[in-house]
Amino acid sequence: MISLTIDEKKIEAPDGATVLEAARLAKIDIPTLCHDPRMKPHGACRLCIVDIAGLPRPVTSCTTPATEGMVVTTVSPRLERLRKTTVELLLSDHPNDCMVCIKAGDCTLQELAYKYAIRESRFKGAVRQHNRVDNNPFIMREQDKCVLCGLCVRVCDEVMGVGAIGYANRGFESDICPPFKNELNCEFCGQCVSVCPTGALSAKMWAGQPRLEGVNTTETTCTYCGCGCNLTLHNHGNKIVKITSRSDNHNRGWLCVKGRFGYEFINSPDRLTTPLIRREKGGKLEPASWDEALGLVVAKMSAIKKEHGADAIGGLASARCTNEENYLFQKLMRAGIGTNNVDHCARY
Amino acid sequence: MAGLAAKFGSGAMTNSVEGISRNEALFVIGSNTTENHPIIGLRMKEAVARGAKLIVADPRKIPLVKFATLWLRHKPGTDSVLLNAIMHVILAEGLEDKSFIAERTEGFSEFKESLKEFTPDFAETITSVPAEDIRKAARIYASAANAGIYYAMGITQHVMGTYNVHAVGNLAMLTGNLGKDAAGVNPLRGQNNVQGACDMGCLPDVFPGYQKVANPEIRQRYEAAWGVSLSEVPGLPASEMTEAMLNGRMKAMYIFGENPAVSDPNTNHAVKGFESLEFLVVQDIFLTETAELADVVLPSASFAEKDGTFTCSERRVQRVRPAIASPGEAREDLSIIHEVHQRLIGGDLTTKVQAQDVFAEAAGLWPNMAGMDYGRLDQESLQWPCPTKDHPGTPYLFEKAFPRNETGKALFTKVPYVVSHELPDTEYPYVLTTGRELFHYHTGTMTRRSTGLDAVAPEAFVEVNPADAKDLGVKDKEMLTVTSRRGTIRVKARVSDIVPPKVVFIPFHYQEAGANRLTSDALDPICKIMEAKVCAVRLER
Repeated sequence: MISLTIDEKKIEAPDGATVLEAARLAKIDIPTLCHDPRMKPHGACRLCIVDIAGLPRPVTSCTTPATEGMVVTTVSPRLERLRKTTVELLLSDHPNDCMVCIKAGDCTLQELAYKYAIRESRFKGAVRQHNRVDNNPFIMREQDKCVLCGLCVRVCDEVMGVGAIGYANRGFESDICPPFKNELNCEFCGQCVSVCPTGALSAKMWAGQPRLEGVNTTETTCTYCGCGCNLTLHNHGNKIVKITSRSDNHNRGWLCVKGRFGYEFINSPDRLTTPLIRREKGGKLEPASWDEALGLVVAKMSAIKKEHGADAIGGLASARCTNEENYLFQKLMRAGIGTNNVDHCARY
Repeated sequence: MAGLAAKFGSGAMTNSVEGISRNEALFVIGSNTTENHPIIGLRMKEAVARGAKLIVADPRKIPLVKFATLWLRHKPGTDSVLLNAIMHVILAEGLEDKSFIAERTEGFSEFKESLKEFTPDFAETITSVPAEDIRKAARIYASAANAGIYYAMGITQHVMGTYNVHAVGNLAMLTGNLGKDAAGVNPLRGQNNVQGACDMGCLPDVFPGYQKVANPEIRQRYEAAWGVSLSEVPGLPASEMTEAMLNGRMKAMYIFGENPAVSDPNTNHAVKGFESLEFLVVQDIFLTETAELADVVLPSASFAEKDGTFTCSERRVQRVRPAIASPGEAREDLSIIHEVHQRLIGGDLTTKVQAQDVFAEAAGLWPNMAGMDYGRLDQESLQWPCPTKDHPGTPYLFEKAFPRNETGKALFTKVPYVVSHELPDTEYPYVLTTGRELFHYHTGTMTRRSTGLDAVAPEAFVEVNPADAKDLGVKDKEMLTVTSRRGTIRVKARVSDIVPPKVVFIPFHYQEAGANRLTSDALDPICKIMEAKVCAVRLER
């Protein structure tokens, strides 16, 4: 452990911790745009600057290792002025369209502009023009909102090991794009979208959907593979409008393309909405009431059991459904019908 | 699952996903992890980034091969020979964990004897993996302090699937990679709640908690809990139900949340089975191919509309919570099943069934879940065994003992060389292997109704090696007819070196070009799994 002082508070931090990590352990908030504890420090946004006793200039806390006896100051008029200037510079080349931006209310840049009460930028100059439309079905890119924090590039490389995007050009012309500015052709996991601190990256399927007003969230578990990722469902009325995942869960907020973007089936018009019955063999399936359908199920099952015995009936349970449903189903087969003919697709 | 249970006393993933990143060596065999378990795949990539060595054994050049220290491209269906040869090398070079073998296992000397014939050179002739690579794999795996094995259906869906699982278990036992953190034998579950459906007793021979229906003491306990007398005769496994439907032994089926009319190997045969039933009930959220065959279709709730729990691959029980209401008159599966049961026994139709009460009933009958309840699960997820209310759950199994029997020891089992049921011949010269792709899930009822997923992966394909494509005179994206002894489909060629020569791959998501119309329903005689991973096919333009 290392002992250091941050904002006059004595702090113990594990060996190898950065100043930012030590501060966060002590619940001291330092603003960042380019930092994500799930990835390596990057030092791009310069918002996490702090003063360290003995050093002439502020340093980025995310890239500075904490050392024994270090004395750190995270808030001072100068540091706040420098941070505000950094945000102003970012905003000088940022469309002022929060009203219609998909990220409004959930945007780190917007929060910083609000925090530092920046209504208008002091810096006037050229503004990047990016009118590119991407053709992939998932990821929407508004490059003019990009602050070049590099989170998307890093998550794609460090976490996914895919490396589908990188930096192109230099300085004002800097751009994040796939190789040779080709169309994005990747796993579409959307990790880049999930870490983007602004509206630069979002999902096409979220566009035009309710953002925050009237949207509720529910913590649940993914319905696809056996990874068991934790999901946050965002619904507006009876419609699922977005799926996200919290970074403090066992999947660390990472999802795959199915978990993140494969939710439209829930509100599909193909969903079954009423019981169906085939009233005669070879006939068509026709809508029926629950009472009629369940009455028929029970009458048929009882008759078959009576004539051929319980073992003439079998049940297939579901590896997609809940423990409770599966428990009750095997109980129905065993205790209700009287057979052990119950299985599910574990074998294939 | 039966395979591991016979050796260890439990068939679940022994370790946790989080620990994967701390493995020194990883051996991935029969699992296309990054496509089928993408988030588990991330932990593997993380391990590699931290310096772990990764061995991938797969006939296909799966995406994980890019991260591998060593790739063993064995022929489909030769997994156990490969594994036996690796163990042969470990013993020949003295790399085994002698104290673990002595203290925590039985059956070693006979087992050791059985490995004699599996020399790397012999294995090379069977698997086509160079003998030197087999030696390298043995050294990498056996010399790591913590090594984990990860497998999925590529190991199990064979006529010798149980033997393959035994071989995997033997390998971990031989090197002492069990009962400790960041190691183990880890079957990756293909669906969100396969683990839970097994735990809850949706298997023909066991009650919830893997308690044998044939055991009178256990049966009495369940009879007391449920207040009825219960059958002592183990039921039919799903893979034998088709035959029972066709021969008239089985007259009625109740299927919920499954689409076997697309997912069953040898689908044409399975569909005939369903058609010959007197009465078929299907409960689903869509009118699936199976539901279309039903006499009664019951509309149920999606995961976003229901209360309950799922148990993921690593034995982690987690809450599922409703966010929205179901469309129309669709109802939660729980209430449908409950009402059918109550109507059948002339019970009370007015009481509403609650998921948390059902969970409490199940937890009361299975000691491994006895410490869990909704109060705890609303705060945290828990990995079984979790026997008491103050137990934190179990990240890895067998720390002290193997629950197989009172000795507490794991059992080495001999694994003979068994060949696949259907090998290529002059009439059907290619091996077909099947699986999933990243963008779709199982029979596609959900993913193919999601516009983005459907847009990037709209249709089935058959992967054909460039050399074979040249022989066949077929170009990329041209149509091919693929025929096996059981069926025929028309599908687009994807010319690619992902597959080796003479092996083709078709994902099974697409009912219009259903790979399972071709696959074999030959059964593993022990655990009754069907050999979906190997069959012989013919390709024609």
